[in-house]
Amino acid sequence: MTAYGLDGSRAEPAISVRGLAKRYGEIEAVRGVDFEVAPGEIFGFLGPNGAGKSTTINMLCTLVRPTGGSARVGGHDVVRGRDDVRRNIGLVFQDTTLDDYLTGEQNLRFHAELYGLPRAVAADRMRQVLEMVGLWERRSSLVGTFSGGMKRRLEIARGLMHSPRVLFLDEPTVGLDPQTRASIWTYIMDLRRREDITIFLTTHYMEEAEHCDRIAIIDQGQIVVLDTPEALKASVGKDRVQLHTSDDEAAIRSLRSRFDIDAGMHEGAVTFAVASGEQFVPKLFAELDVPIQAVSVARPSLDDVFMSYTGSTIRDAEASSVDHLRQFVRAHRRGR
Amino acid sequence: MTASTSTTTPDVIRVRVPERSLRQDLRAVNIVLRRELIRFWSDRTRMISSLAQPVLFLFVLGTGLSSLMSGGTAGVDLRTFMFPGVLAMSVMFTALFSAASIVWDREFGFLREMLVAPVSRSAIVVGKCLGGAVVATFQGAVILVLAGLAGVPYAPTLMLVLLGELLLLSFTLTAFGVMMAARIKNMQSFFAIVQMALMPMFFLSGALFPLSGLPSWLGALTRINPLTYAVDPMREAVFGHLDVGADAARMLNTGVTWFGWRVPTALELAMVAAIGVVMLGIAIAQFRRTE
Repeated sequence: MTAYGLDGSRAEPAISVRGLAKRYGEIEAVRGVDFEVAPGEIFGFLGPNGAGKSTTINMLCTLVRPTGGSARVGGHDVVRGRDDVRRNIGLVFQDTTLDDYLTGEQNLRFHAELYGLPRAVAADRMRQVLEMVGLWERRSSLVGTFSGGMKRRLEIARGLMHSPRVLFLDEPTVGLDPQTRASIWTYIMDLRRREDITIFLTTHYMEEAEHCDRIAIIDQGQIVVLDTPEALKASVGKDRVQLHTSDDEAAIRSLRSRFDIDAGMHEGAVTFAVASGEQFVPKLFAELDVPIQAVSVARPSLDDVFMSYTGSTIRDAEASSVDHLRQFVRAHRRGR
Repeated sequence: MTASTSTTTPDVIRVRVPERSLRQDLRAVNIVLRRELIRFWSDRTRMISSLAQPVLFLFVLGTGLSSLMSGGTAGVDLRTFMFPGVLAMSVMFTALFSAASIVWDREFGFLREMLVAPVSRSAIVVGKCLGGAVVATFQGAVILVLAGLAGVPYAPTLMLVLLGELLLLSFTLTAFGVMMAARIKNMQSFFAIVQMALMPMFFLSGALFPLSGLPSWLGALTRINPLTYAVDPMREAVFGHLDVGADAARMLNTGVTWFGWRVPTALELAMVAAIGVVMLGIAIAQFRRTE
């Protein structure tokens, strides 16, 4: 697999987690997870609600104390070096944590002061992050007048104010419409290109997990599988290739004799399954003796991946985890 | 898709978060306090609505009752007598409203923004208490402007003494509220409990009637009420600037006595301060414990 590090000098992983666990009374919310995130990587936690994503993120950002295992973030232990971790991370939570009665600028200034940023650079930095999320013009408006998408963008800007080494995004696009969701992702990708930053995010949207360098699928408090989206999809099965040719019968015969592939007619096209279809297509053009008019390669989706590793679709898992979640919330409240 | 981060744009401004220090904590106290002020200024409705109640007590209740009690006040306007109590009342509501904002911040998530910052929790709690105290004192100052209408002279020393005493009371009340807010997680219960504590405290503080000659059970209750020790110094200050007969002073400005010993003003103020500090300590301890 590819190395994601910037260079050899920063060999230490941005996040490293060993046997991390959290138990609320009877309920094991997170049951011993292990993983490492390299500097500069976009790492995603994918799983249904109640799978333990938020509990894990809360442990990593020192809001919840682990009951087992250990975790290091930005080179510091989340329990022993709590303040050091906090100085090096930025957070964007699932629920908004802005003050609606302050302006965007006031919210950011509050953050800068709370983090003790040098005043001389804080103003320039504020302008930079606000421009990046396209809110510089709206900086003097009360946050209460912002739309959901604008609030989320402002929170991303605020999370970046103090140049964190690791940015945590807990469900950064939940509750937003598809268009806004796409624009948030534009900002995230832009951010990764511009800033020297590692991004750890959780999501339960399959299509968003595709943006990550690597994904850990988490279900019932455990990591089921961890790999790049491509590798995960490849592990599930083959791509589906569909061909339109001038002579479909001949094409099917030729596929069998030259590539040992069983093809059939589906949806009016010559259809077959093959591992890494994109690499196969050039060979096909070179060696198939029938002229090809059109070709399409459909990759397996992460939905297929989730399904094959957990035995249920993410929606089914969500439905069943609602009971789990209720139980969990009750236990959590009792614990207080 | 390897190491696309290696092309970091050179013009990105990088800031460094300094190590935790006293200076950082003081900056945190300051910004938490300033946020309280900004929010107070922008919330005119709150400002006006918290003025309504004291004004009502002073001018409606005070005027109405004075016709009834004209014999009992030895020539002193009942409103003059009630003025210190009404001052206490005006800061009471504002201070507790400020403390309630912690519950509000928790419900609306902003508390989390503060709790994950690399500053000590005590800085946040102290900032909150000072913010509440300043805002409430300001509210009290507005009532202080009305002093003349209640027959209280605008002597500069009197105004300053009253302001100082209001600040102290506001601080202690906010600390009390913040201590409660650390435990109570929703707005409705917070106000239910505060309301339950507030009214008896107010009635038993000597804000509306002199503490002398009360039945012994009532006398005992007024003496264990912390607010009593904040109202009495203010009345003491007001009567010090009034030109009234010895009879009136004896009847209305009785002070607080413990088994016949009149508690000195300094001790009363020290007690209010001490209670405030203890509550602040408890509040800090509670916020340190929360995850």
